Amino acid sequence: MFPHQGDPAIPDPLQSPEAIVDALAAQGYLPSARIAQVIYLAMRLNKPVLAEGPAGVGKTELAKAMAAGAGRKLVRLQCYEGLDESKALYEWNYRKQLLRISSDSSSGWQEMEEDIFSESFLLSRPLLTAIASPDPVVLLVDEIDRVEMETEALLLEVLSEFQITIPELGTVRADSQPLVILTSNNTRELSEALRRRCLFLHIPYPSPERERDILLARAPGIQDALADSIAQVARSLRGMALKKPPSVSETIDWARTLLTLGVERIDAESFSDTSYILLKYQADIDIALKELATEG
Amino acid sequence: MLGLLTDFVEELRAAGIPASTVETIDALEAMAVVDLADRAALKSALGATLVKSARHLDAFDTAFEVFFGVDRPPPPAERDIGGEAAASDGSSPQGGAGGMGSLAELIAAAMGSHDWETLKDLVQRAVEELAGMTSGRPVGGAYYLYRTLRRLDVDSLRQMLMEMLEERGLHPGVNEETLERRFRNEEVEALIERLREELVAEIRRRLVADRGSQAVAATLRAPPLEEMDLMHASDAHLRRIEELIGPLTRKLAARLARRDLHRRQGRLDFRRTVRASLATGGVPVDLRFRSMRRFRPEIFLLCDVSGSMATFARFTLQFTYAMSARFSSLRAFAFVDGVDEITGLLTPGLRFGEAAQRIFSEAEVVELDGHSDYGNAFSRFSDRYGGELTARSTVIIAGDARNNYRDFGGEALAEMARVAEAVYWLNPEPRAYWDTGDSLQNRMSAHCTEVYEVRNLLQLEHFVENLADYRRRRPVRPVRRSASPIGR
Repeated sequence: MFPHQGDPAIPDPLQSPEAIVDALAAQGYLPSARIAQVIYLAMRLNKPVLAEGPAGVGKTELAKAMAAGAGRKLVRLQCYEGLDESKALYEWNYRKQLLRISSDSSSGWQEMEEDIFSESFLLSRPLLTAIASPDPVVLLVDEIDRVEMETEALLLEVLSEFQITIPELGTVRADSQPLVILTSNNTRELSEALRRRCLFLHIPYPSPERERDILLARAPGIQDALADSIAQVARSLRGMALKKPPSVSETIDWARTLLTLGVERIDAESFSDTSYILLKYQADIDIALKELATEG
Repeated sequence: MLGLLTDFVEELRAAGIPASTVETIDALEAMAVVDLADRAALKSALGATLVKSARHLDAFDTAFEVFFGVDRPPPPAERDIGGEAAASDGSSPQGGAGGMGSLAELIAAAMGSHDWETLKDLVQRAVEELAGMTSGRPVGGAYYLYRTLRRLDVDSLRQMLMEMLEERGLHPGVNEETLERRFRNEEVEALIERLREELVAEIRRRLVADRGSQAVAATLRAPPLEEMDLMHASDAHLRRIEELIGPLTRKLAARLARRDLHRRQGRLDFRRTVRASLATGGVPVDLRFRSMRRFRPEIFLLCDVSGSMATFARFTLQFTYAMSARFSSLRAFAFVDGVDEITGLLTPGLRFGEAAQRIFSEAEVVELDGHSDYGNAFSRFSDRYGGELTARSTVIIAGDARNNYRDFGGEALAEMARVAEAVYWLNPEPRAYWDTGDSLQNRMSAHCTEVYEVRNLLQLEHFVENLADYRRRRPVRPVRRSASPIGR
């Protein structure tokens, strides 16, 4: 009833969480054990992953690294308020249809209709592209919390059945199972229906040890000691009541900046000179400077 | 395994996590493809399939520890020696230099060198010797934890760790002594936290061995965040609750604006109509309209910030603050026995703690003695801002309606209710306490469109949903300018 470990029917080489860790690490993405486990489950059970967590912990990056690591194409659907079917699923290319109709007045309506509602007049949008692809892809639905409740429902058929129904053409089924990763910054509660269909992956800020390793991987040439201290500063900052705590991508940027400036050891001066890279509000910078001058 | 899983799911539901049948089947499928001997893998599999919201993770962790805790074999022989030494000291908390001191030292050494396996053995010993657990008691283990930590003497443990880290000179990447000391402090706190977690896990394991997982899980159940009483929530909980407010205000904004999305009365959209007409051979069968101008509700939020409301006020202010980012026409007022507008104080970038401070230092919310006086606050509001209320305004009042036995006329509130489209009252007290003592909820309610008990997030969400429904049910009244001199 259930697929078993090492099932030869699954051609993907990523057969274990360890293989996924290696594949991601090769792309410079260091996943926690939890991340690798959930991605593994998603591939084994053919279920979408809903990745949630603070902004900038690497949710989008995870999908990109997965695509590169598994040698799959990345299909990305960036969500925004007002996203609709014609932008997410497919759209008929009406200009082309119009041209077709006006260029040929000899053929009958029946023939014409069959012609203009064929695949060559279809503009494929990300979801259809991902489903129709002959090779398995990684489908990234980014910032799903930005679309309205109603639009969310559009996704349900795709996510649970991996198919899209086009009235004029019929149902398009996935030949290959895409790995679907949805990301959310949790600015809005997602619907129960959507949550039920997904595997839930909460990505918190990394531990200082993991963040140090991430820095070593993403800012080549950095000294262990500096990476360690940057991770410590990041932990300190995240412990403060800031409006926007520094994200992992911002600590990476900070590490690269310090590296470029030739800073080997962090002190009050180098921090205050470059704090605008880590913190994006003046109020936050003021708090951080004040707090870091104390022993906590 | 199936039985264990269904028991586990039942426990999750009892703890407020809505795990459905479909999700249970998913969990079962996930269990079939992971290595069940690997606890972390099992935990990921169950967590990913059964828990779909970050706010339920804590409850899940607790339940998982109780149901799938590991049985550790007792640590090797040396424990007998240490055990005896400690047992002789065990009765007095001031154990001093004997076995107790060495146990704390061993723990510090293990933590200092990040030797988690040894730490687990030591924690097992510590609980055995110091917690003084007695079997059969229906407790959650908080007391045992307290007792173990006290007997281990956390402060001296902290000291030892500090010295250890100092010796090692942990941060060569930092060129600033205070910063280095700060890091050390944080590192020590993280280690102590880790020790605390290990102790809790060990104590729970013993409780489960004693009374069975279901019974222990039942005593450990904490109300989920959304059901936690806002008046009595701890600081840590409030902070977590505040994180959930953002999504809620977004929902409120969406609900309030939604009404107009469903009414197609905008002007004809020529371009889209022509485009749609192509499907019907150029005959505009399907007319398209521009969407209506976005509905902009005017919200007047009045918030009681008196002492008795301190915790709730913090929460309502946070809510107001989040709303002000969503609604351009939101005006916020704070009152105690006076009232003042605080909209300007909620500037972007301002942190909540400061906002609360500024309200008391810059706004004139206290006129007399700093005890709530709803009558005075409302009539002041009416005098100063009443003219700005219109039939499009929605007034939301957050307060416990406790008037400290002062006079309450109600004319001002009645006038507000007459002009505004609706007046809602949110009371953070349990309904049963309304109208007891100095609470005048009933008299205030007489002037309100609707009154809600809002003691937790769930109820606030309920209010938000009802608000939107109510708006949709009601026909829109024409704008009636108050006190307009023009006309006959």
